[in-house]
Order: sequence, then structure tokens, then C-alpha cells
Amino acid sequence: MSTRLATGGRLLDRGRSTEFTFNGKRLRGHPGDTLASALLANDQMMVGRSFKYHRPRGIVASGAEEPNALVNMGEGARFEPNQRTTTTELFDGLTCASQNHWPSLEFDVGAINAAFARFLPAGFYYKMFIHPRPFWKHVYEPFIRQSAGLGKAPRDRDEDTYEHFHAFVDVLVIGGGVAGLQAARAAGQAGARVLLIEQTAHWGGRAPVDGGTVGGAPVDKFVEETVAELEAMDNVTLRRRLMGAGVYDHGYVLGYERVTDHAPDAPGPRHRLWRIRAGQVVTATGAIERPLSFSGNDVPGVMLASAVRDYAVDYGISVGDRTVIVTNNDDAYRTAIILRNLGLEVPAILDARAGGGGALADEARGLGIRIETGKGIAKVKGGKRVEGVAICAQAGEGAVLEEIACDAVAMSGGWSPVVHLWSHCGGKLNWDEAQAHFRPDTDRAPTGADGTGFVIPAGAANGELDLAAGLKDADSAGKAAAKATGHKPGRKAAPKAEEQAGNPIEPIWMMPQGAGIKLRMKSWLDFQNDVKVSDVQLAAREGFESVEHAKRYTTLGMATDQGKLSNINGLAILSDALNQPIPQTGTTTFRPPYTPISLASIAGEARDRTFQPIRRTPMHDRHEARGAYWEPVGAWRRPYCFPRDGESIDDAVQREVAATRERLGLLDASTLGKIIVKGPDAGRFLDMLYTNMMSTLKPGRCRYGLMCNENGFLMDDGVVARLDEDTFLCHTTTGGAENVHGHMEEWLQTEWWDWKVYTANITEQYAQVGVVGPNARKTLQKLTDDDISAEALTFMGWADVTLNGINARLFRISFSGELSYEVAVPASQGCALWDMLLEAGNEYGVTPYGTEALHIMRAEKGFIMIGDETDGTVIPQDLMMHWAISKKKEDYIGKRAQQRSHMTDPARWKLVGLETVDGAVLPDGAYATAEGHNANGQRNVQGRVTSTYHSPTLGRGIAMGLVLNGPDRMGEVLDFPKVDGTVMQARIVDQVFYDKDGEKQNV
Amino acid sequence: MSDAVSALEGAREDGFATVEELGLKGMITLRGGLDTPEVGAAVEAAVNLAVPGRGEVLIADGGDHAVAWMSPDELLLVMSYEEAEASLAGMRDALQDQHALVVNVSDARAVFQVSGAGCREVIAKLCPVDMSPGAFGPGQFRRTRMAQVPAAFWMPDDQTVQVVCFRSVAVYVFDLLRGASATGGEVGYFG
Repeated sequence: MSTRLATGGRLLDRGRSTEFTFNGKRLRGHPGDTLASALLANDQMMVGRSFKYHRPRGIVASGAEEPNALVNMGEGARFEPNQRTTTTELFDGLTCASQNHWPSLEFDVGAINAAFARFLPAGFYYKMFIHPRPFWKHVYEPFIRQSAGLGKAPRDRDEDTYEHFHAFVDVLVIGGGVAGLQAARAAGQAGARVLLIEQTAHWGGRAPVDGGTVGGAPVDKFVEETVAELEAMDNVTLRRRLMGAGVYDHGYVLGYERVTDHAPDAPGPRHRLWRIRAGQVVTATGAIERPLSFSGNDVPGVMLASAVRDYAVDYGISVGDRTVIVTNNDDAYRTAIILRNLGLEVPAILDARAGGGGALADEARGLGIRIETGKGIAKVKGGKRVEGVAICAQAGEGAVLEEIACDAVAMSGGWSPVVHLWSHCGGKLNWDEAQAHFRPDTDRAPTGADGTGFVIPAGAANGELDLAAGLKDADSAGKAAAKATGHKPGRKAAPKAEEQAGNPIEPIWMMPQGAGIKLRMKSWLDFQNDVKVSDVQLAAREGFESVEHAKRYTTLGMATDQGKLSNINGLAILSDALNQPIPQTGTTTFRPPYTPISLASIAGEARDRTFQPIRRTPMHDRHEARGAYWEPVGAWRRPYCFPRDGESIDDAVQREVAATRERLGLLDASTLGKIIVKGPDAGRFLDMLYTNMMSTLKPGRCRYGLMCNENGFLMDDGVVARLDEDTFLCHTTTGGAENVHGHMEEWLQTEWWDWKVYTANITEQYAQVGVVGPNARKTLQKLTDDDISAEALTFMGWADVTLNGINARLFRISFSGELSYEVAVPASQGCALWDMLLEAGNEYGVTPYGTEALHIMRAEKGFIMIGDETDGTVIPQDLMMHWAISKKKEDYIGKRAQQRSHMTDPARWKLVGLETVDGAVLPDGAYATAEGHNANGQRNVQGRVTSTYHSPTLGRGIAMGLVLNGPDRMGEVLDFPKVDGTVMQARIVDQVFYDKDGEKQNV
Repeated sequence: MSDAVSALEGAREDGFATVEELGLKGMITLRGGLDTPEVGAAVEAAVNLAVPGRGEVLIADGGDHAVAWMSPDELLLVMSYEEAEASLAGMRDALQDQHALVVNVSDARAVFQVSGAGCREVIAKLCPVDMSPGAFGPGQFRRTRMAQVPAAFWMPDDQTVQVVCFRSVAVYVFDLLRGASATGGEVGYFG
């Protein structure tokens, strides 16, 4: 069993205890524990079940590479699945539960899959569930969905907060082990701005566990002194619990800081996503130990040798009383020595190398540990827990020589540098034959904007596994990074560590080397996704020769751990099966993030109230208080209508139209775009922007204009007012202001840069209110001494007036067909104006109205609306707006395009009015059908509805639409099928339904 | 103009930095040839300051007047709200023979102040700008984005940032700033 030793645990505060629950069981740990070490202290070796076969799964590793020990963490608004226990710091009150089992961890029905494992090889789902086709959707998928997935999806809203942080540095050092510390020191001493980040809560990485001496003192002291020195440097920042998640183009790096995961009750954000721009990136990300592939290597109790000693030294944990070591390199001997020195049994070290180990092996032998060279594990005995191992000759086929009872197995298949961050942005790798791993090829680094490398690997991440060599490498990495960012590194040499001589690793990809199919089917490569040696070999036989194909066919490395333990072993097996050298097979692509990061950290502040900016007019709160029913228009919120108590949305709209037409309506039109265009060439410029002539407009007058893009399509419309000889005010649609302003600037800056024109978008400077209806003038006249009579301010004129002390501009324009003014005042006085108009209009039954009433009134008048009658493929000629296209002008934007053959095709659908035969309302977007069917078997069509409303003024449905030869077919009745299968009929009519002669607006 | 109100009427929130809306400010956009003597004279007459260099802001009269460089042909002049109309008229007169545009944008904006030792961090959470003291400080002016909206800011002193945004998104920007300055969110990055 695994247990806590009486003493030891360098990271623990043994004087205090911490309570937590696992699967409802109350357990205890110490501050400083990870959740994994605390579970082991409570003999909770088995922590979950595998994805496919539901095999018992135990803790394998002690860090970010852990594939198995994932749990559902927390409850309610803090629930989160797939949390890695090895990187979860224990805190008081932590609750977690194991995943992927039913009904319980100990007894799991899904484990029956394992009994049929022989029938569930790689690609099984692809082959089995492809036929018959309909079965996938209705039978297979629902069944597979039920059994798939490790953790549960959260149900409640996340109650924590998250944020971003932008940091700019010369040198970013990723990894706070000895290499990272030394690199940061070397760069810092050169004067570079340095940020050193470490994903765990501790500095020093593996070195304090693995030992060694620097400058004659234990490596712990080096760590301590270096951290203190770095902390004292003003140009160096150190951050723990901050992982380098991804390296992107041009030195952009994402860092993932787990701010309060370890202290969930502390104030502040839970995670912080660092968006770092670095001149140079040093990846001092260390190395990950590889498992060995032998039968039963997934039984709980089989762990990485490094993890076994991490738990012993860091957390005072004995993983088992008797631990068998199995290795192909010298490093695993450290585990044997540490365990023995703690008084634990090491029944045997199985060294697969015929020649055995070097100095560390001698030390182990000196402690009286039995060492078997040239031997390996034939199979592990036990199901939910290791009970023993059967040993065999590595060179053979697995004939059992001896069985050794034990309750833990510490395995080491060698070390793979963590090259992920080096590779994210294109750093290339070389296969190092001697060390049997891929390491960065520093001649082929990721390159920045200037074509030179911006990532430098350091220490173990660069394949320098020895302490002395690693420190030296890191020192030169730090200096190189400083130099590349324009600093002058000192000449101080790297601190000297004692070199450790040893025997080289021997690559062992299968144990024993001649293992038969029965053993290979139990030799796991990917523990989380249940991929075995036999699966990769099957993939190769079936022709999945590319490593990327084999990965997807077998799912090797596709689990949440992204194959940190399995990838190299898997591609070595694939290479062997394809009979080609490993570099020829290559690796799969390393993609960010290094380990999963929370989606909420990516969203950052963009949630709840700050999910999206909402643009509010100056009178927004007034509308809110009036109970506005809101409509999003671009980023603005505009009142759709103002329902009264108990009134439906439809009823409110109808009421608002009627009240405006009969008495007086008020519309908040502040959202309309307002762009000042000024300069000696302003008139000439507007003549190019609009289809009609603007340069002839007189100061004091307004003109409606259409704006097309260079392809001739209608993009915006609005009223232009000439303020003075040189100055125009262009009104745009609500959603079009920024776009039109950008359009103007683009033409001015790229094509007509020598024209003397300046523009300014002053949309938000003004609150603008439409005062509409037969009583509009009477209402305004109450508020001003200025003459605004019909004669003084004629239709399509404007004037500056004073309304009760407020400077205002009155535009006499109408989008409703009524007597109508738009009043513009400084935005800060918008509420004052609104209140004033409500009060003055009270005697006329003033009625604020929303966008829907606006739409209905303009449709009754046959006015087009950008976005309804236009969709980016409509030209003004389609809308029968020839009157708004100047024939005198030599050119305007879109003119040439409108002369192309398709644009002048008489068969283009044209705008007409549509009146339903029975008075009902046509569905929006409905198509008018024609005789026959097209090549796809669909009904031919001859038109479509662009706007459709119930008109309270006419008491019937009215619509506009684009119809083939429409204007020539007045009176014809068209069929409009509805989605429910019935057909509506509508008659083609003139699109102006109301006050055709414009008498009402001209009073 | 007693009935003129700013977007948030002086809203304020205290976190590890203090965020407050500063109320109405006078602002004038000037577009023209920034190196012409006429523009220089118009700016001096309006705010008693010279034309700032690229990326700079000049401040006078204890912060009552300022002029910021917006682009190679655009300046932003800052003054009291009440001054703006008169300054505008003066500038129009001064520049009437020039090709230039001066326009009052006082009401189109909201202005916030973030103050306290953590003010740099608050901005660095929301804007892709190097806020370290060596990279940005008093005298500099920055147009950028703040989360999802355009914004501009400068530092009247080392403990204060003033942020300008469009009036319509004042609520959003205030919510952003107070979220970024909430107690417990100190980053401790800028020393």
C-alpha cells in the first residue's frame, strides 16, 4: 500500500493538516501536498478508469505529464472536470471525484469492455459503425456518446472571475528549474528586461530531488541563492504558478497563471492569461521521463521512476513497501538509492541493458540492492494494484525466469526533452541517437519578423540532461537571448556543477524485445486513451504509415495529456513496424496549449456585463425607465417599441404608428451616423461618394443620397446637409457610420490623397430626436422664438435654433411621410431635450415610438431600408431609384460597375409593392414561385419579399419585394408558399401605399 | 448649460486603484497641417500649448488644458467643457484661410480617471500596451483598444491614468475598469 512516511517531505508543512474529500470520503493531507500526493498518502492508488476499456488507472507521474489521475473537481458553480491531481495543490475543503466509471470506481460495469478488448482494436469504431449508414445517427452514436467522455460537463455558471494581462519583455524564460534560473540570471545581468515563469509553486524543478552539487554545495543552495539574487534585480520578474502555454509568431507567448486555484476563497481572479510579447524566448522546460512498454504497465502501482522518488522526497510518500525498478538507463538508480536510504525495500533493479549501469549502479550495489542486467518485466501481476512482477530476459520472448512479489514498479524508459514550446512556432528537431530522444535543432529555430530565431532552448529541454552541462547550456542561452535583444552579456562563466559519469541509455521500445501478441496487447502506450503496442502495429499493417494518420487511427496522443508520455514510444513502435529509422517517421505536430487551459481564461473579462460593448444613446436610461423593448442595431440598443402595462409588443407598435400619424411621435435617432466632410474639394468628393449630385446643394439645404461600393452595390443611404460652402454633414445608417467613415478615409488616403478634404465622425457628439406628426411644428414652436414656420424652414431645409436655451439644429426631413423634424443637440443635453419635448408635446398626446413603428411608417411610404431592400447584391436601379442617380456626373463610385452586362440585364428583379389578397401579412423573406423546377428539383422562383408588415394605417398586410419584371406586371397575383405548406397570394402594386403625393409632409 | 450631464455623472469605484468618471470635458478635434504656423498659433491661442510631437501629450495649467497627438494630421485639444465653444470659434477664425477642420467633440466622449499605485496594471489588463514605467509615462499619449472598444489614454502623473472613450460605451468601459481594478486582482508586475 502507499502511505506517508514518518518523516520527510521537503515541500510539506507537516505541522498542519488539510482536509479534503475524494468520492465522498473524508481524507487528510498537509499544506504543500498536491492532490495526487495526498491521495497516495491515503493509499488511494487507483484514481480512475481508462477511456475505452475502463481499466483501473493509478497515478503514474508527479507533474504536468500525468495521463490518468484526472478528477471532477469542486461542486456547483466551481465544478470542473479533468483536473490533473498531480498539478492540483491541495487546499482545505477540496472536493473531488473520480471519472469514467459506473456505478463505482471499485466496481465498474464498463470494464466489461476490457474482456472484449481483443474485439476492440484500433479503428474498431471506424470499421464497425460505418454500415448501415442510418444506424450511425440513430443507434451507434447515441450509444457511444453515453459511454464516451471522461469528466462530466459543468451544469452551473462559473462564479469565478478571469482576466488577461499584457506584458512586454526583452527575454521571457519559461521554466523555473536550474536551467531557467541560470538563463534568467545571465540575461538579467546583461541588463535585459526578463520575465521568468514557472508552472508549479516551486523553484528548482527536478534538481532538488535528483541532487548534485554546484560550486561544491548541494544544488538546493544554488536554487535558493539564485532565486534571491533574481528577486533583488529590478529588471527581472519572477512568477510561479504561471505556465508557458503557447509560443506564437513574432515572440507572442501565452502564459496561464493559476492565481487562486490553490486558495479558492482568496479574492481575485481564478486564472490570468498573460499575453506576453517577448524579444527572445528561452525554453527551459525540462524533460519528461518515458514509460517502458511491458505487459501490465498500466496496473495501478506502476509509476515513472522519477515520480516515485518525487513523492518520496517532496511529499514523504512511500508508494509501496517493496518497489521493483525497471530501467534502460542510469537515472532510475537514483530512485532505488533514495528508497533504500529511506529504509524501504527495493527487491530488484531490472536493467534491460546487458552491460548495466555506471557510477549510480555501483552506489546502488553498494547499498546491497540486487541488480539484474539484461532483464526486463514479462508481465505485471495484479489487477487493481501491483502484486508482483514476472521477470524475463530482455533479449527473449518473455519466458518467465522468476516472479518477484512487490507492490510498486518504478519504470524508466529514458528522458524526452520538453520540446513543445520550441516546436509551437516551427522549431525543428533532431533525433539524438546516443540519448535516444528528439532534441531541438538550434540551427532551425522558429524565426521572427527579421528572419532570425527568437526561441532558444536551454538545459534539459535542449537535451542537456546532465546538471553540469545543463547549467552551462542555460547560461549561454540566457546570454544569447540578452545579446539578441541588444544587451551586452558579461563574461562571468556559468556556475560549475559536478559532472556525473554514467553508462549510456539503450533504447528499449518493447519489453521483452521479442514480446508475443498476448504481451503486446497488454503493453500500454497511451494510458488515457487505451492505445497499446499492438494497436500501433495494426495501424501500420493497415497502411497508416504517416505518423499523423497512425495517431488519428489509433487515437494515440489524442487524450487530454496530448501524449506527453506516449508519443515517442508510439512513434518508435511505428518506426519499427514500418522498418524505418525513427527520424524518418518523425513526430506529430506540437500545438499549444502545453497543457489544457481554462476556456474562461481565454474569454478573460468578456463575460456578463462586459461580454460585449453595448452602445447606449444619451437617452438610454429614459427609455429603460419607460419599459423599452430593446432591439440590437449594430452594437447599439434601440427601443423596438415601448409597451405599456399589459400591452403586447404588436399592439404597442400599432399604437405607436397610429399615434404618430394622427398626433405626435418622438423617435430617438441619436444612433444615426454623422460625419463631417470639410475642405475645398468636399463637394467634388461627395459627388464621387454618392450616386446623385451633392456639390450643387445649397448651404441650409438637405439632400437624400445613395452610396455604392466600387462594385456598384448599394451600401448606405442618408441625408446630407450642407453646413457652409466648405462643409457637409453626412448622415448614415445606424450600423453604417464606422464603415462609411472608413470608406471615406480609404478613398481619401489611397486614391485621392491630393484632394483637400478632412472628415470627422461626430456621430456621438449629438443626441438626435425625430419629432414627427401633424403636431410636430406646434410642439417645437412652443420651445423657441426662432421662426420655424413652413415658409421659413421648408421641407429639406435645416436651421440652427435655440430650444429653451439649448442650442439645436433642426433638420426638416421625413422618413415617415409626416410633417417631421430631426432635432440635434449636444449629447450631454439629450435627456434635457427629450424631457422638454415630452412636456411640450403632452397636450398633443406625444408618443415615443421605436424602430418597428419607424419601419412600418417608412414601408407605408415605400421608402427603402438598407439591409432589408439591400443585401449587398442590390443596385439602386433594382430599387427603381434612377431618380437618385445623376446622369450629369462623369463618374461616381460604382458607376462603371453598374454598366456591366449583368447589372443592366432587364431580367434583374425589381422593387414593387405587394398587397396580400386576403389582407394577411406575408412571411419575411418568402419567395414567389414560378412554373417548373430547377436542376436541383426545387421550384423555380420569380421574386422575394424584402419587407413585410401589418399596416395599422391601411388595416392590412403590406410588403415590398424584388420581382422579375415587377414594375411591368402591376396587378398580377403571385404565389408565396409558406413553410407550413400553404400558399399565400399577393398582388403586385405600387410600393407607395400611403400619401402618394407627399402632401402630409409638406404642410 | 446647467442641464448638460456626462454619461455616468461622476460614477466612482474603489478597488486596488480608484476608477471615476471625470464628468464633462471640453474636447476639440483639429485636423490640418500640424507643422504650419497657423495651426501652431491656433493651438497656442486655445490651450496655451505648442503642437505635440508624435505620440505625445502636452499639459498645462495643472491639467486644465492639454493637447494630444492623434495622427500625423490630427490633434485633440482638451479644456473645460464651458470653454470649448468659444475656443472652437476662435480656432475657426484663426484657421479660416487654411485647409483645416476643427470640430467640437466634447459630448461624444466619456473621460475616466484611474488613480493609485496600481493604475498601470489596470490598463495593462485591458490594452495591448507596454505599461512599464520605462515604456510609457507622463507626457505620452496612446490610442489603442480597451478590450473591445477604441480608447486613448495619458498619464497626468505617475499614479494616474486618464482614459477617453466614446460616450455610448461609457458603461462598458467603466465596468471594464472597475473589474480590472477589483481588490485581489493586483498583479504586482510593475514593481
